[in-house]
Amino acid sequence: MAARLVRRWGAVRAAAHSGPLVPCRRWSGASTDTVYDVVVSGGGLVGAAMACALGYDVHFHDKKILLLEAGPKKVLEKLSETYSNRVSSISPGSATLLSSFGAWDHICNMRYRAFRRMQVWDACSEALIMFDKDNLDDMGYIVENDVIMHALTKQLEAVSDRVTVLYRSKAIRYTWPCPFPMADSSPWVHITLGDGSTFQTKLLIGADGHNSGVRQAAGIQNVSWNYDQSAVVATLHLSEATENNVAWQRFLPSGPIALLPLSDTLSSLVWSTSHEHAAELVSMDEEQFVDAVNSAFWSDADHTDFIDTAGAMLQYAVGLLKPTKVSARQLPPSVARVDAKSRVLFPLGLGHAAEYVRPRVALIGDAAHRVHPLAGQGVNMGFGDISSLAHHLSTAAFNGKDLGSMSHLTGYETDRQRHNTALLAAIDLLKRLYSTSATPLVLLRTWGLQATNAVSPLKEQIMAFASK
Amino acid sequence: MWGGRKLGSSGGWFLGVLGPGGRSTQAARPLISPAVYAKNQLSWTLQIKPGVFSEYRTMWFKSYRMTFSCLNRIKNFRYPWVKLFSTSQTTVDSGEVKTFVALAHKWWDEQGIYGPLHSMNDLRVPFIRDNLLKTIPNHQPGKPLSGMKILDVGCGGGLLTEPLGRLGASVIGIDPVDENIKTALCHKSFDPVLDKRIEYRVCSLEEIVEETPETFDAVVASEVVEHVTDLETFLQCCCQVLKARGHWQNHSSLQPFPGLKPCSYLSTPSSWDHRCMPPYLGNFNFIFYYFFVETESLDVAQADLKILDSRDPAASASPSARLQPGGSLFITTINKTQLSYALGIVFSELIAGIVPKGTHTWEKFVSPETLESILESNGLSVQTVIGMLYNPFSGYWHWSENTSLNYVAHSVKSRVQEYPMSAEFVLKRETEELQATACTNPAGHEELKK
Repeated sequence: MAARLVRRWGAVRAAAHSGPLVPCRRWSGASTDTVYDVVVSGGGLVGAAMACALGYDVHFHDKKILLLEAGPKKVLEKLSETYSNRVSSISPGSATLLSSFGAWDHICNMRYRAFRRMQVWDACSEALIMFDKDNLDDMGYIVENDVIMHALTKQLEAVSDRVTVLYRSKAIRYTWPCPFPMADSSPWVHITLGDGSTFQTKLLIGADGHNSGVRQAAGIQNVSWNYDQSAVVATLHLSEATENNVAWQRFLPSGPIALLPLSDTLSSLVWSTSHEHAAELVSMDEEQFVDAVNSAFWSDADHTDFIDTAGAMLQYAVGLLKPTKVSARQLPPSVARVDAKSRVLFPLGLGHAAEYVRPRVALIGDAAHRVHPLAGQGVNMGFGDISSLAHHLSTAAFNGKDLGSMSHLTGYETDRQRHNTALLAAIDLLKRLYSTSATPLVLLRTWGLQATNAVSPLKEQIMAFASK
Repeated sequence: MWGGRKLGSSGGWFLGVLGPGGRSTQAARPLISPAVYAKNQLSWTLQIKPGVFSEYRTMWFKSYRMTFSCLNRIKNFRYPWVKLFSTSQTTVDSGEVKTFVALAHKWWDEQGIYGPLHSMNDLRVPFIRDNLLKTIPNHQPGKPLSGMKILDVGCGGGLLTEPLGRLGASVIGIDPVDENIKTALCHKSFDPVLDKRIEYRVCSLEEIVEETPETFDAVVASEVVEHVTDLETFLQCCCQVLKARGHWQNHSSLQPFPGLKPCSYLSTPSSWDHRCMPPYLGNFNFIFYYFFVETESLDVAQADLKILDSRDPAASASPSARLQPGGSLFITTINKTQLSYALGIVFSELIAGIVPKGTHTWEKFVSPETLESILESNGLSVQTVIGMLYNPFSGYWHWSENTSLNYVAHSVKSRVQEYPMSAEFVLKRETEELQATACTNPAGHEELKK
């Protein structure tokens, strides 16, 4: 029991007399290591954005930041003609964060697509929900991941006196400091890279994805499970050029299929389906694939009379109460062809770290939470983590505090756990609710969706929560 | 120094603000009743994770039995702490050195017995920073206090010294307890930036006044004045080490202020330093320089009035002619009220036994009114007095209008006319000029000869 207790509490809060879990190394001879104020482990979208946010923060002018990226530096000489198949839906809140350190301007100069409406509907019934802002403001932006990465890299280069970026550097070992200060042991976190070089840091931020090495090394428990689904992504050419500022998503019993606008003639596909079906989709020839996509959006094969009648009844009732607002189901644009070699699949799962912070450690992005792409929230939650953590660290730096101190890290954790847990639970619930074609559940969700669509304040609340 | 901790202890007895410090060493000491432990354990859980404590509470029930024996040991180590404090007035017992070493590291255990002092930084550092920033026209981002010299009296383990150093100031921390300075030195040694900016010394405030007649932009005496033997002398010394008003902002481009008689005194920082008379100065010099300063200070006074007028923020003088306000003195301490007696002495010392008996003497607590009067009489004009309240449940401090428990006082050294200039001071800097002036002042000489 003592062992379990110690494992649970980790190095800092170990109360048992057996002492801390990680042996404290005496680094008396390692004083020649560079001591960084913050090290961000993982140079993906979220990690690079975190390094940018700190590098451009006014209270961090005196601090040293290091970004460790295992991959090579991606240099985008010229924007390629073909769109990349990995895109992200950027919420207005995330766009604000990116513009706070000047990356959004680079994105605007490259390419992005704003969408103003989102239609989500069921395959098993006529129920649908349409999100849009009253004044037709942008609801969100579809940007390729490569474009975002390039913008972040450019901004990091501009602030290279404060932020050092090391590419092809993977941390292989993290050594935590003693839970309470000992006379001759360093109070910093020690990081050893693959090539043997070592650093010390006052705060380690783990932004290294859902298989986070930082999280595992810190011994933070992770609640996770795999969905029996893989997502297929592709770049599709539409049959005809349209205004294309609507995002479409249909919930099939096998999983949601989404069409996100990229340009007047191009859209990005994200189709979450079972592993077997996903493998089939990726390997089938292009014509068959295009037919499959079109029928997924257009076919009414899963409708049943019972549900249709029930749905129509509620719709009639809603029409009586709110005669002015009638949202008819619109059909997405049809697809003509798919870009060659743009079909890729990747597995989906859910993950949530039990703790986001430990003394001198903080987790952001997918390292802390991994979510189903059906709501387009994954990277936005990561950017939200960055906003919160950068705010707390900035205040701490202006108060002269030790950056690794738990007092402000717990503030960040409370902030974000509240938001992320709710969103994660909601997305998981939606996924499970829409994975079935059993009649009672279909009825429940049909009526639920129609009711939600009718209640505008509720829709606005949902949009506000999702666009933070 | 222990004000904050005490409040935490008193609330702590209620809930038990208990730190997991002292795990590494063992000693045989009398046990405290389990009732206290029960409450202590709960609060310890609360202290650590205010936001997500429910899961820890479950763990607490399971771990209560496990950690009971550990808590015994933790509680026991409060007793060596008595010795730590009593030795600050006597000599360090060599037999207890080992326990001091074991305890000295507790300074930096944020969840430990010094926890409330750590969280007090959330109030006192911004307070000091903001009040000092008012005196700097352009500050560097990232290092807002760079260029400032600060003295931290009674720095302990350096809890307040380090944040001020991180903000860019050059800080000297002094403490009479050797072990505290050792801990502080050890802790700052790991941070190369702080290592350069902070200096620690084992000495008293009087020695600083003697050793280095340097002038500091700010002196911080946090949780100290309730422990000093002679408050008047202490505050006088604080005043002596502070920079006086009227220093040129940019020493490299000195220009006489328009309207003033050109006088070499104005070119040196010392000329405006109307210090309190050091006690060791002989009467002879006292009379001579008093007279001398009287004649000179009139011109200075007139000039000062002019400066006052043009010192409005709206009136912008040229940068080289702008005058600095005097140095700031920041004091945080405990009020002398019935409430502080009830919570601070009765509760935590006599009943709970968390703060050892005799650590604090209620008679030595200082009320804001007393403090203000002493400060004013020493030439420090009190700018702000605000109360601070500690919430033992959350472990955080809050500002409050109520100063009946803890409070912070900010005062600024203003020009002082009642006290003559320090003769020693002038001798060190301007010997020849003084002799010349003395020759031209035959009246003064006549007085002396008599």
